Amino acid sequence: MSTLTTAAYLVSSVLFILSLRGLSHPSTARRGNFLGILGMTIAIVTTLSNPGVLSYKEIGIAFLIGGLIGTSIAVKIQMTALPQLVAAFHSLVGLAAVFVAASAYYNPSAFNIGTVGSIPMGSLIEMSIGTAIGAVTFTGSIIAFGKLQGFVSGNPLVFKGQHFINLLLGLGIIALIVKFCIDQNQELFWLIVFASFVIGVLLIVPIGGADMPVIVSMLNSYSGWAAAGIGFTLSNNLLIITGALVGSSGAILSYIMCKGMNRSFLNVLLGGFGGEQAASAGGVKDDRQAKQGNAADAAFMMKNSKTIIIVPGYGMAVAQAQHALREMGDLLKAAGAEVRYAIHPVAGRMPGHMNVLLAEANVPYDEVLELDEINRDFSETDVAFVIGANDVTNPAAKTDKTSAIYGMPILDVENAGQVFFVKRGMASGYAGVQNELFFRDNTLMLFGDAKKVCEDIIKGLEN
Amino acid sequence: MSEISNQLESLSYKAQQIANEASQLASSVAETSGGHSDFIIFGITVLVLACFVGYYVVWSVTPALHSPLMGVTNAISSVIIVGALLAAGPVDSNISKYFGLVAVTLAAVNIFGGFVVTNRMLSMFKKKQ
Repeated sequence: MSTLTTAAYLVSSVLFILSLRGLSHPSTARRGNFLGILGMTIAIVTTLSNPGVLSYKEIGIAFLIGGLIGTSIAVKIQMTALPQLVAAFHSLVGLAAVFVAASAYYNPSAFNIGTVGSIPMGSLIEMSIGTAIGAVTFTGSIIAFGKLQGFVSGNPLVFKGQHFINLLLGLGIIALIVKFCIDQNQELFWLIVFASFVIGVLLIVPIGGADMPVIVSMLNSYSGWAAAGIGFTLSNNLLIITGALVGSSGAILSYIMCKGMNRSFLNVLLGGFGGEQAASAGGVKDDRQAKQGNAADAAFMMKNSKTIIIVPGYGMAVAQAQHALREMGDLLKAAGAEVRYAIHPVAGRMPGHMNVLLAEANVPYDEVLELDEINRDFSETDVAFVIGANDVTNPAAKTDKTSAIYGMPILDVENAGQVFFVKRGMASGYAGVQNELFFRDNTLMLFGDAKKVCEDIIKGLEN
Repeated sequence: MSEISNQLESLSYKAQQIANEASQLASSVAETSGGHSDFIIFGITVLVLACFVGYYVVWSVTPALHSPLMGVTNAISSVIIVGALLAAGPVDSNISKYFGLVAVTLAAVNIFGGFVVTNRMLSMFKKKQ
């Protein structure tokens, strides 16, 4: 690698770091994205000027096809479908890593790692590890995509001896890698790929739909490590640096998501949590009656309050209620109330999903606050309006040690003067735990589709 | 005359081939005799330091922008296209080159998709008027 090339790759790496840095505030974020594009352009142009790269025509066609597909999907995709889009994209990075490694195996001289049959040991180790991570990322992301999109049931699929099989497969892959590094046999290479494909499926299958924020972040991390693995094969620092950035970013996001649910990463990975099964088994029959209100009551009471905090959850996104909700908020603001939004770390199906959905509905970002920014304010708030969220408001998380959600950080909506709960029915939430809040004196249930309820309240406010 | 020139041409072609093989052999010897293992240590150093950079940079990202963060990281992890381009680069067609071209396509989907969708998300975040 010439000095100039190395320098150009270094510039790319720095631009990527600055691009992530830009995301520290919404006002600098777009510039950050632009720096990322610039870094990628420099990386591609530098590689194209490598003397070994000659087939510009074929590369151009491949690049154009990929670019067109990627752009047209990204332009059309609905923001509610963002998590599955990201999962699908991760799978492509994984697959690309497998193809690059396969290519390096069949034509090592293009990568300066010896010749066919006599690739140095170090490169073989890196190549096979990169391949394995890439292959796991590929099939794991496809299953995550299927679960989020609804192609595969969101319920956890658990069977006996699952973890034992995974362990055996994991050990098998390690054995295959060792044997491959000694023999350099092509069958062994494809066996590693195949076994990693299988383990990718088995790892994600037992994980429930609502745990997907953790899984999508984890796969994000894997795609980074796969890139770093290929970076070692190519002796390329740019790939290693970028891979480490992406890898640590995904790891931190999955840590944040786990903490938001007070679950350990291992507990999520072992799976079997949540889904319909758990909800019906855990939902204890309750004879208590929750107070039920209607949209007109809610409209009247909110019109006369000074401070309102809206707590949106995934149910709001499912009902596509965000635009109606924002309209309701606007009317309340016009009536003189202070309206803010409180976001729980695990609201939505990927980190920050709810913020994007509200932003899309034209809610200004400075009205949208995180749990620790707003939680104290509930006690001085007239109305808490909970829409499509449940477990994240359950006070049992603080008081009931036997509860499945004990220890999970919650939004203290119970401290507000009046709580409205927009829900389709009395069913318990994802964790299968009954919400104490439904039976409090200051709680009024508004049963119905989230969008419909918002529209009814809007009508009530306009009259 | 033409025969001699033909012979010369084939001879020079052979010489070229031998030179190529020799250079490949030399490079592979250099790799096995430590050139590459040096890079492993160097590469691990870079990896560890970059993890620390990533740690501090990512914690400074505001939680409201965690979705765009995933979009950007998804796009930049496709820097793997560097490897794909090297694989697709040689003129002669073989399986290795086709693998490389497929990888170029996959990575391009990601690069464009990732940056475009992130830009879409970020353009929605507006301040209170």
